[in-house]
Amino acid sequence: MTDETRTAIRAFVVENFLFGDDSHPLPADLSLIDNDLIDSTGILELVSFLEERFAIQVADADIVPANLDTIDRIAGFISRKQAT
Amino acid sequence: MCGIAGYHGGNIAPDRAAEYLRLMVAALRHRGPDGEGILIRDDAGLAHTRLSIVGLADGAQPMTTTDDALAVSFNGEIFNYVELRDDLKSRGHRFHTASDTEVLLAAYERKGLDCLEDFNGDFAFALHDARHRTLVLARDRMGVRPLFYTEHEGALFFASEIRALLALPGIAAEIDPLALDQIFTLWCPIPPRTAFRGIHELPPGHVMTLCGDRRTIRPWWQLSFPDRGDAPASAPPEAQAEELRALLTDATRIRLRADVPVGAYLSGGLDSSLISALAARTVTRGLRTFSLTFHSAEHDESAWQRQMAATLGAASDSVECSTEAIVTRLPEVMRHIERPILRTAPVPLHVLAGRVREHGMKVVLTGEGADEIFAGYDLFREARVRRFCARQPDSARRPRLFQRLYPYLPGLKQQSPDYLARFFSFGSETLDDPLYSHRPRFRSTSAAKLFFSVDLKQEIGDYDAAADLAAQLPADFGRWHPLHQAQYLETAFLLPGYILSSQGDRVMMANAVEGRFPFLDHRVVGFAASVSPETKLLGLKEKHILKQAARGLVPTEIIDRPKQPYRAPDSESFAAPHAPAYLDTVLSPARLAQSGLFNVPAVGKLKEKVLKGHVTGFRDNAAFIGVLSTELLRGLDTAQSSQIAPRIGINQE
Repeated sequence: MTDETRTAIRAFVVENFLFGDDSHPLPADLSLIDNDLIDSTGILELVSFLEERFAIQVADADIVPANLDTIDRIAGFISRKQAT
Repeated sequence: MCGIAGYHGGNIAPDRAAEYLRLMVAALRHRGPDGEGILIRDDAGLAHTRLSIVGLADGAQPMTTTDDALAVSFNGEIFNYVELRDDLKSRGHRFHTASDTEVLLAAYERKGLDCLEDFNGDFAFALHDARHRTLVLARDRMGVRPLFYTEHEGALFFASEIRALLALPGIAAEIDPLALDQIFTLWCPIPPRTAFRGIHELPPGHVMTLCGDRRTIRPWWQLSFPDRGDAPASAPPEAQAEELRALLTDATRIRLRADVPVGAYLSGGLDSSLISALAARTVTRGLRTFSLTFHSAEHDESAWQRQMAATLGAASDSVECSTEAIVTRLPEVMRHIERPILRTAPVPLHVLAGRVREHGMKVVLTGEGADEIFAGYDLFREARVRRFCARQPDSARRPRLFQRLYPYLPGLKQQSPDYLARFFSFGSETLDDPLYSHRPRFRSTSAAKLFFSVDLKQEIGDYDAAADLAAQLPADFGRWHPLHQAQYLETAFLLPGYILSSQGDRVMMANAVEGRFPFLDHRVVGFAASVSPETKLLGLKEKHILKQAARGLVPTEIIDRPKQPYRAPDSESFAAPHAPAYLDTVLSPARLAQSGLFNVPAVGKLKEKVLKGHVTGFRDNAAFIGVLSTELLRGLDTAQSSQIAPRIGINQE
């Protein structure tokens, strides 16, 4: 898991879910759902972004909050995927 | 059906009063193109624009009693005026006209405000009693007909629409930040608050009495449900369905009373199909139905509409609402509905009412109200599933039910039970929360406040629209069944605050068309409230008793078809190359900065996303339509002043 990965994820979240408002607090352990940053279509946008940007395959079973609900979790998920 | 306006108090000189009343009448001319009138008295003034439907020849208003003691400016209909007139005649009252307005005056003369209980109708009226120097403003039970008021020059001015108040010199259309917060949470303002500072709405079922400097507002009717432990009506299901059918038959029959032809909206769903079927049995010269179609299969119901029209043997007319029409008409529609909206659904209904008017018709029946009182909306089923899931929060199977509830939302299909559980947030809220049923909606809508400006957020502060709503609930609300609590929230707030106004009265009256709603007959509403929750929502089957009542009148395929909520294309209508020229003006950074309501760079990015056709989620759709509609409302006061063209005489006492 690299800082570069986190930075890329953060930039995607800010651009797509916060519409560029980088003044919004966005710690790496902030829940995207509980803070209403992401909805059901947003998750599909996020998955699509991860598949393209990091060249990974996201299975239906992977689409769970445990993998995708914070920037930290997404970064961890990507490194696990890239390691397999 | 008409427009009313007037004032009370303020010691306004007669020539000035006449000028003000003329300005207000001119702003309401679309509601009543058939006639106008003004009446000025010592302490009050009344004005009226008339759409003549009942008593065509002799129903001019403001109308007075023969002794001039009472004068009324009346918008709407009292559907049981025939029975009330017969009763008053039997008591010795002599009538001089064929209008329901005279029945109103006679009923008030006899019983005072208690006469409201006898009225079966949709109305807003202002009645002046010269003997007691009192002005009464009253509004129907469900909030079909609108009534707004404001303080100005020491007087209280009132009108059917806010635009008439904004026509007065010195009254500005300034967006109320708390109203905006309410709309971006609940989808509508909580009356008496409106979208504009200083302008108030008389809540549905309320009456205001003004005498000298005294002013009282009180409810004269309130929707209520039995306590949870109370035994529900014990009649067998077949008898209950029969009773409902009889009530709906009569509710429809008296709503066909008019001296002009009455048509019907036909969406292709159960509610409007049933009302059309009941109406077709009464209308001897053949019923004409009107339907909306859409190009996109996701929104279109024309196959069902054709089937029902064929069953009725009705003359049917349909009009397609294109995405271009939605885009083009939105600014005009906003001038009529006078409050921000989060979806474009009012626009196609403006198109449909226009088609009715093109046929020279003034009155239509619709199926509005059934989804509220018989638990048709998905929200009611969703709340039941959430409670079901909350009882076993670890179940992986139960959350799959949400996908069955919303087959038309592709975003949900691919979600895991874990995500579904989080989106519908069961387990995280207490089951005895009075707003439990509506929390997911309020939460997903509130997410659109991301686009509020820092200044607006500061002005709103820690105000909580949902908490404000919870504070307005009746004292016995907590004792009702959860389904009834959810029904109350829909029926008492969203129905008048959005469905009957933005999708109802305003877009219809913009075309001088009157809507009539048999499901909102208070006898039907009372019946629906009295029957058990399972009679309405049986498991996850919505409107159970209504479907039983409809059998034999409506084809089985329509009764049993999956419910399709009425929706219209939202932000996708604005994608390039169909983006309207006004988008760049209304959402320009300079104009947004001037209004100060929204986050300028964020709205700019949202607009770009819309233009690319990339906005698909609920939050971003609601935010885009919400921001655009709010900005279109700015300048409403200056837009009014250009259309004033008084043309009426004055009846001064």
